Amino acid sequence: MKTIKNGIFNENPTFVLMLGLCPTLAVTNTFEGAYVMGLCVLTVLLITNFIVSIIKKLIPENVKIPVYILLITTAVTALDLLLKQYVPALHETLGIYLPLIAVNCIVLGRALSVASVSSVGKSLLDAIGIGLGFTLSLSLLGLFREVLGANTITVMDGISSFTGYHAVFQVFPENSIIPMTIFQKPAGAFLTLGLFLAFFNYIKEKRGAAK
Amino acid sequence: MSLFQLFITSMLTENIVLTKFLGICPFIGTSKKESGAIGMGISVTVVIVLSSIITYLLYNYVLVPTNTTYLKTLLFVLVIASTVQLLERIIKHHFKQLDHLLGIFLPLIATNCAVLGTTLLNVNNGYSFIEMIVFSLGSGLGFALVIYIFSTIRERMEFANIPKCFKGAPIALITASIMALVFSRFF
Repeated sequence: MKTIKNGIFNENPTFVLMLGLCPTLAVTNTFEGAYVMGLCVLTVLLITNFIVSIIKKLIPENVKIPVYILLITTAVTALDLLLKQYVPALHETLGIYLPLIAVNCIVLGRALSVASVSSVGKSLLDAIGIGLGFTLSLSLLGLFREVLGANTITVMDGISSFTGYHAVFQVFPENSIIPMTIFQKPAGAFLTLGLFLAFFNYIKEKRGAAK
Repeated sequence: MSLFQLFITSMLTENIVLTKFLGICPFIGTSKKESGAIGMGISVTVVIVLSSIITYLLYNYVLVPTNTTYLKTLLFVLVIASTVQLLERIIKHHFKQLDHLLGIFLPLIATNCAVLGTTLLNVNNGYSFIEMIVFSLGSGLGFALVIYIFSTIRERMEFANIPKCFKGAPIALITASIMALVFSRFF
């Protein structure tokens, strides 16, 4: 429990460690893209942390990094093929950011710093914690950007071919302020992440002052 | 699309950093000093062009005929890592002066998503050989240009009076956001 909490709050990959920012910025223009990307990273983390923690004693120290990269890429390729088969529409929207999980620093970072030195159970818990932290922060950014930028919340659209449900909600009644399309553009991605980081820093500062 | 158009598009209006979000980690991480930004920019451009050529040839003459295109991510990651290693060796032994400038950046590029992203885009967009070279050169130069401009802005920001909670990464991201507005077609 403590390890999972640590992954979500103290070592949140997006807001604290600032790792894996490419997908964070690229896929968060809809809520759906954001949480699916988060879940993909969670899956890849689980698979690689599990395998790495099992075979950690078999791998010589000097070829550690290439072996891990190959493992991660294999997991990513498998996931990529699965998504292409079952949810082709979503696979299209995630585009090249899905194979790019292979060079995502979070996955390699966790494999090196946690899975290669700790037991199977602990590495799995760490993967769940970090993966959930990533999913939550991506969903938060996705929600913020989609509500302000498109005035909708897409819960199931691209994945409806798999789940059978279709759910896109409109948030506010028609008005002249929202949607602000800038939040759907790349500039909005940088802006949103910057504002969120500043907000969390502000909270941290306040807490530090209170103590 | 003409070649010149493709070059300008890939370098400016569809800049890999500001519209495709590739290579954000070095963009935020190594852009604090002007000299560092130049070194990083040159290294990324060279690696992007070299590995694009190698992966393009391998993809079209090995993977496509043998019907194993699903292996492309795996192969590309391997090719990029070994290209970087090879380049590092060559520079260390034959170009001592360059080593001083680029030496510390090359190992970092092996896991840079700008390189893998560009090589994947090359084959996904179905470019011809010439188009591929123009596109990857444009992308690399675009990266170098943006990281250089960004580093000069950040050097000045050191002396600016910024609210405490915005210091460091947040203000860098907001600056990047304004730069993205300038570079994209959102006028």
